[in-house]
Amino acid sequence: MTNFSEKKDELTELIKELSEINAVSGQEDSAFTLVKNYLDNYCQDISSDNLNNLIAKKSALSEDESNPKIMLAAHLDEIGLMVKSIDDKGFIKFATIGGVDPRTLPAQEVIIQGKEEVAGIIGAMPPHLLSKKERNKAHKLEDLYIDTGRKPENLQDIVQIGDPVTIKRELTSLQNEFVSGKALDDRAGVLMMLITARELAKIKHEAEVYFVATSQEEIGVKGSQTATYNIFPDIGIAIDVCHGLMPGVDKGDAAKMADGPAVSFGPHVHPDLFNLITETADNYNIPYQKSPTTTPYGTDAASIQITKSGVATALISIPLRYMHTSVEMISLDDVKAGGQLLARVIAEIDKDFLEGLQCY
Amino acid sequence: MLLEKLSNAQAVAGREKEVRDIIIEAIKDNVDDFRTDVTGNLIASKGKEKSGAKVMLAAHMDEVGLMISEINGQGLLKFKPVGGFDKRVLVSKEVVIGQDKIPGIIGAKAIHLQKKAARKKPISYDNLYIDIGAKSDKEAEKLVSPGDMATFPTKYNQIADNIVTGKAFDDRVGCAILAELTAEDFSFPVEFVFTVQEEVGLRGARQAAYAINPDIAIVIEGTTAADVPENEEHRYSTTLGEGPALTIRDRSIVVNKKLLQELINTAEKNNIPYQFRRTTAGGNDAGVINISREGIPAAVISLPCRYIHSPVSLLNLTDYQNLKSLLTNFLIDSQGKEF
Repeated sequence: MTNFSEKKDELTELIKELSEINAVSGQEDSAFTLVKNYLDNYCQDISSDNLNNLIAKKSALSEDESNPKIMLAAHLDEIGLMVKSIDDKGFIKFATIGGVDPRTLPAQEVIIQGKEEVAGIIGAMPPHLLSKKERNKAHKLEDLYIDTGRKPENLQDIVQIGDPVTIKRELTSLQNEFVSGKALDDRAGVLMMLITARELAKIKHEAEVYFVATSQEEIGVKGSQTATYNIFPDIGIAIDVCHGLMPGVDKGDAAKMADGPAVSFGPHVHPDLFNLITETADNYNIPYQKSPTTTPYGTDAASIQITKSGVATALISIPLRYMHTSVEMISLDDVKAGGQLLARVIAEIDKDFLEGLQCY
Repeated sequence: MLLEKLSNAQAVAGREKEVRDIIIEAIKDNVDDFRTDVTGNLIASKGKEKSGAKVMLAAHMDEVGLMISEINGQGLLKFKPVGGFDKRVLVSKEVVIGQDKIPGIIGAKAIHLQKKAARKKPISYDNLYIDIGAKSDKEAEKLVSPGDMATFPTKYNQIADNIVTGKAFDDRVGCAILAELTAEDFSFPVEFVFTVQEEVGLRGARQAAYAINPDIAIVIEGTTAADVPENEEHRYSTTLGEGPALTIRDRSIVVNKKLLQELINTAEKNNIPYQFRRTTAGGNDAGVINISREGIPAAVISLPCRYIHSPVSLLNLTDYQNLKSLLTNFLIDSQGKEF
């Protein structure tokens, strides 16, 4: 069991741990163990399912069949690469896992999770050997390879086709409460969920809460489908990241950085839940921003809403710049505010609120 | 290892202090004296009073990097390249800026927001910037000024037997080898020169060569090894693991034939593997040293490095040892001979 407090340094340490652990979609084991150790502090019952979702249950004050069931979901998995072939000189070709922009890959240090970890760098044809025309084209995936400096005979027992590869990147603290690193999509969401669990330990609540660290979100929102089916909650709240405002991005596509978590509204969000979240934020003076989104695609909210006979769903997002690069950037203040807000929202939910959800 | 310290240090052309200080610390007890000149070259002497030809050994301290050109109105930093860069290697990297090493990142618009046609093109300098997490220009200005240099916080890393990765191997390998060589004693005068501003047009070595007026000069460089997939063997230029590379000619110099032959003889005699640099492209400090005063016989020995001029490059430590051994044996064998 590992504990953490709300001090800035400890949150930075925790997001560092979460960001630096390597867990591509479908191979989330190491992140699973890490997050389980934290949730052990707050939850009575921790389990996994066939898709390796981490499901941690925190019981209500009194056991009652009719207690509201709330599920929070943040995804554990990250995008990455996969070993495809090793040539006769030891150079490794790779495929992508999830939405990787090949232009973000040249000159990256990587770690191959083989039988042991093997370090390498992503290389391409040196620019001085290319014509000007060729240099003015982006690298295609097939132009790139991993160079470990090892000969094939020194790789064959350690690295195999199918081994996952992630970019080696340490978390960096920038100015203000900004941090940058890899996989903050959605480990920042996992951190928000852990803060919610910690805050909720101090507050009375009628609902049973399921903290779910979902698997395989980046390859088609898969884990949350089976987790929601198993739990079948009354209310599901997905925690993910959204695009942070930056040059070249329209205000309509992005949320402001460090202006509070983005509370999504649109067809995928139950109006009562949206109202409850924003009213609670107003009551407790927690910063937030409203984020109009037409579809939930690319978040766990997409699958939660349409499970079984339907689940009342909400989506809360952390504004993030440079999504799906290895230098994703978020504000820890936004994560903290979101965690506090979700704990307060959960405490507000009772049986009466549930009854209203079906009345349109 | 000294190479590790030197590779991790930040010294973009024109701001070589950090590397210069590390070298001074490493050599000060080995040399008779050292000084810096008006451009910033570090010149250390050994055996000034000895007879025989005066040998100048040179390696450059500077590396390619970025210069902050402007704070953009939203607390973000625009930059320009210092030295030759392929801008495609800058995306999704960390940087550190200036003496205080302010951390920043070079991001890119998320793939989700990029149009399909845009994904086929490299991101131009106009659309790249450094984000330090400042919320306004005012906040950024307290930490960073236009003119500050940025480079990468890449850490030297041994990733396999004899294989290391790191930044600025061009030319910290030369700096490390020359600094280590100051521990040797020679029967003739040797001037160890650590030059500045090589990457912006060979703008340091010229003045040092003029001041020293050596009889011969040898430049130690980190050079491209293009022995990579999809490339044809005749375009490799150099190959990793096949020993130090001797230059015959490049864009900047035609190497003195006798000097080159002597280097080959030394390698053969001592069974040191070597290769030729198999291209005429590229250039280095030897070019300006060679045409200093009435002309100075000069040669270049290079260490093959993959992916130079990028945030991370890769070399073979056996090549490093063989280069050092070739240079040491050459100096001992030549005994201050003139060419």
